[in-house]
Amino acid sequence: MPSKLKPEELKGELLKAYPAKVARKREKQIIVNKHTGEAANGLPTTPEILSNSRTIPGILTMRGCAYAGCKGVVLGPTRDILHIIHGPIGCSYYAWLTRRNQTRPKTDDDPNYMTYCFSTDMQEENIIYGGEKKLRQAVEEAIAIFKPKALDIFSTCPVGLIGDDIHAVAREMEAKYPDVNIFAFSCEGYKGVSQSAGHHIANNKVFTDVIGLGDSPKTGKYRLNLLGEYNIGGDAFEIERIFEKCGITLQGTFSGNSTYDEFINAHHVDLNLVMCHRSINYMADMMERKYGIPWFKVNFVGADATAKSLRHIAAYYNDDELTQRIEDVIAEEMAAIKEAQAKYRPRCEGKTAVLFVGGSRAHHYQELFRELGMDTIASGYEFAHRDDYEGRHVLPKIKVDADSRNIEELEVTADPVLYKQRLTDEDKAALLDKGIEMNGYEGMMPEMGEGKLIIDDLNHHEAEVLIEKVKPAIFGAGVKEKYVIQKSGVPLKQLHSYDYSGPYAGFKGAANFYEEIDRLVNATPWKLVKAPWQESPELNASYAYVG
Amino acid sequence: MLLRHTKPDNGVEREALVINPAKTCQPIGAMYAALGIHNCMPHSHGSQGCCAYHRSMLTRHFKEPVMAATSSFTEGASVFGGQANLLEALGNIFSVYNPDIVAVHTTCLSETIGDDVAQITSKAIESGKVPEGKRVIYASTPSYAGSHVTGFANMVKGMVDGLAGKTGTTQNTVNIIPGFVEPSDMEEIKRISAEMGVKTIVFPDTSGVLNGPMTGKFHMYPSGGATIEQLAATGDSKATLALGPVASAPAAKALDVKFKVPCEVIELPIGITATDRFVDALHRLAGVNVPELINRERGQLLDVMTDMHQYTYGKKVAIAGDPDHIVPLVEFLIDLDMKPIHVVTGTPGKAIPKRLEKALERVGRDVNVKVPGDLFQLHQWIKAEPVDLIIGNTHCKYIARDEDTPLLRLGFPIIDRVGHQYFPTLGYKGGLRLLEKILGILMDRQDRDAPEEAFELVM
Repeated sequence: MPSKLKPEELKGELLKAYPAKVARKREKQIIVNKHTGEAANGLPTTPEILSNSRTIPGILTMRGCAYAGCKGVVLGPTRDILHIIHGPIGCSYYAWLTRRNQTRPKTDDDPNYMTYCFSTDMQEENIIYGGEKKLRQAVEEAIAIFKPKALDIFSTCPVGLIGDDIHAVAREMEAKYPDVNIFAFSCEGYKGVSQSAGHHIANNKVFTDVIGLGDSPKTGKYRLNLLGEYNIGGDAFEIERIFEKCGITLQGTFSGNSTYDEFINAHHVDLNLVMCHRSINYMADMMERKYGIPWFKVNFVGADATAKSLRHIAAYYNDDELTQRIEDVIAEEMAAIKEAQAKYRPRCEGKTAVLFVGGSRAHHYQELFRELGMDTIASGYEFAHRDDYEGRHVLPKIKVDADSRNIEELEVTADPVLYKQRLTDEDKAALLDKGIEMNGYEGMMPEMGEGKLIIDDLNHHEAEVLIEKVKPAIFGAGVKEKYVIQKSGVPLKQLHSYDYSGPYAGFKGAANFYEEIDRLVNATPWKLVKAPWQESPELNASYAYVG
Repeated sequence: MLLRHTKPDNGVEREALVINPAKTCQPIGAMYAALGIHNCMPHSHGSQGCCAYHRSMLTRHFKEPVMAATSSFTEGASVFGGQANLLEALGNIFSVYNPDIVAVHTTCLSETIGDDVAQITSKAIESGKVPEGKRVIYASTPSYAGSHVTGFANMVKGMVDGLAGKTGTTQNTVNIIPGFVEPSDMEEIKRISAEMGVKTIVFPDTSGVLNGPMTGKFHMYPSGGATIEQLAATGDSKATLALGPVASAPAAKALDVKFKVPCEVIELPIGITATDRFVDALHRLAGVNVPELINRERGQLLDVMTDMHQYTYGKKVAIAGDPDHIVPLVEFLIDLDMKPIHVVTGTPGKAIPKRLEKALERVGRDVNVKVPGDLFQLHQWIKAEPVDLIIGNTHCKYIARDEDTPLLRLGFPIIDRVGHQYFPTLGYKGGLRLLEKILGILMDRQDRDAPEEAFELVM
């Protein structure tokens, strides 16, 4: 049911209840989309949106913390690095298997620590007298029991405050156990303004302490890494299947279904693909500067987007054999997609969606809804930056504030031995002509129609107003929002955990998603909200004689 | 194998490393308790990640909206103190969400930097951030002490500290503090009390908050919860009955110390013996007779216990859970002639091993007990001596699958099944539900494993 309100009026409704100071800030984070000019990649430029900005205290936010971004998102999906969380028990406990990153060890003996939760369970005396000793001992115990090849340490809020030097502990322990790569992340929850800070911290340390250590990459003619795909619900498995069918060698995924060995050899490939731009663009940039590995943005959410991304890979390698094979795969896979679309599109077409999730998904998932004939009428990210909204061309214009300045920006230079230039400026220009912008990401807003509402860091109050005013057929968000929205009679699709189903990436994932959305928007129980006596609550004077 | 690295004995005496915890941190318990006050907004004074994690976990457990706000600390707040954040938060919460009360709990972050929430709250009131007639209560819940159960206890005590009063006229009411249990359990406590004709104030009370109906309309503050008036009146009650020493005793004792309301602390009414104690305590404290209906419910539970005894007799059980749950649970299992042989709780506390020891006296064999212990330890024991049944929260499903041992989900969190929100495990009716589940699980297993010639039609 599209709203009768004009977008500006709807924006006014969203802001109405706020105290002046809150309204002033939110006003800059709620933008009616406009196409204002043209960027170098030919896409429209859009208005500026305030993002990656402090959450307002007391306003019910969807956001989490830096630790969640570092341990939960980026490192969590790697199965054979043993993750010790240094802090009181909670942070380790909450990030234990809850993100549904699937993993598939090759044999029954291969290490897999993802089902385990490791914590130093800091007690009051550790807070008062320091926790380094306990951490040191915890590392020793973990090594004695599990014998991992790599072990990492994550700090939680109080660790930073009491001044435990987790990096010194890591160095000391590595000196004692030289066979184990031990490194640490200062990802205290208070850093930055959201999960986003944690992504950056994770990228930095993996880049300095893990990447580049190996010398036994996978072999193949077309070798690449997939960055920013976390294998929730088996998405990475589906992408792996497609790559294999195309003859592409996937050296490593950062970090769905990944291993330590895949990481240490990741610098040998010729291309990095960036899926979730927000969480991993730092890694792509640093690997390009140090090793000369070019990157471009892909999207494997949506059948058309998957096909487009595969074609971009073919264009990059510029090889007839690969191009032909990819075209064959697309043709073969698309047959089933067309069938699924014919079945589900008529049942979903014309309905509306709103998407408030992540730092990429609110953009990526619009593809799948489009394929079902559904319009995404409002959308926004939980923890993204301006470049994820407006495109990377705004990067030079983004002001670095105090919260971002605290997150280290690494100085990276070309490796004297391992740097190899893969593309000349002419190659890049030629690729741009084919629609492939190296180091580019167009962002969400240029691809969304004018008049659509873009809302950064959507909060509970605004979600409630949106439901009341535009009542979308489906709401895409996370678990905290799930039952809030559903109590209002609108189905919510969890786009972090997928409601414990999936995959939704690639071709098979697209077909899964069509069926899932049909299930949700046409579910029978939603039609039973009113009991018969509630439909006509007035008692009627007449009565039916049953004789 | 899901937990492929777990061996019966790895030759390492762990002292520092917790693996697969059987507890989580205080603030989540405080948030849950605060949801048991009507028209209340729980508030987490710390980084927003704490609040996000707690809301997510409670949402997964209840499959219900869990509303709570946060001070959203930044690095600056962590260095200079969180006062400005909390003041701003309180102003925003009252103007945007309009609760009657905000219940603030601390986190390891705000505790480590030494924020004085009492002082900040006074300042909020002085500076007009708290509108006339609205209330703010608080509890200190550092994550580096105790567990989620302790956090619950501290917030319940915070309700007494912040709201309870005394008019001088003692009312004919009994306060019941139900402990860290399900909304369905709180409802059952109220039903049993009402059946017995006892006027009660049950607090906190999450029934009607975290097991609400689908009506097509979202209510930020659902119909349930103990009201501020009820909480204020707890000081006038003639007695307090605290269910579960860890979760409920601190508030009960505070009422005793501050308002001379005498308290009795008993185990949670799980199973027949513990429910007998509960009913008997109500009978004594309120001076009421036990009605026939309650005798009948007791009789029905006992009837099934005797009828189906052959299926429970001698069965070995491994248990992980919160202290207030596992003590009466162990008693119930022993009443069924089952053998609890491995027992862990993640919650620390000097009195807990003694309570367990007493409850386990009648087992008639050595029992592995660890307080505080973790699920890795429990799994190792199960590998060394297998059991017929595991009782614990959802995390135990990994052990259950690896060891091909059935699991009864009980406690917190249960994030992969529903039912706990709606059907109690407390009281005689709850005992019957527990027993039905235990029998169903054990007998399904017997049916699955029986040779064809021994496959029974009648059991």
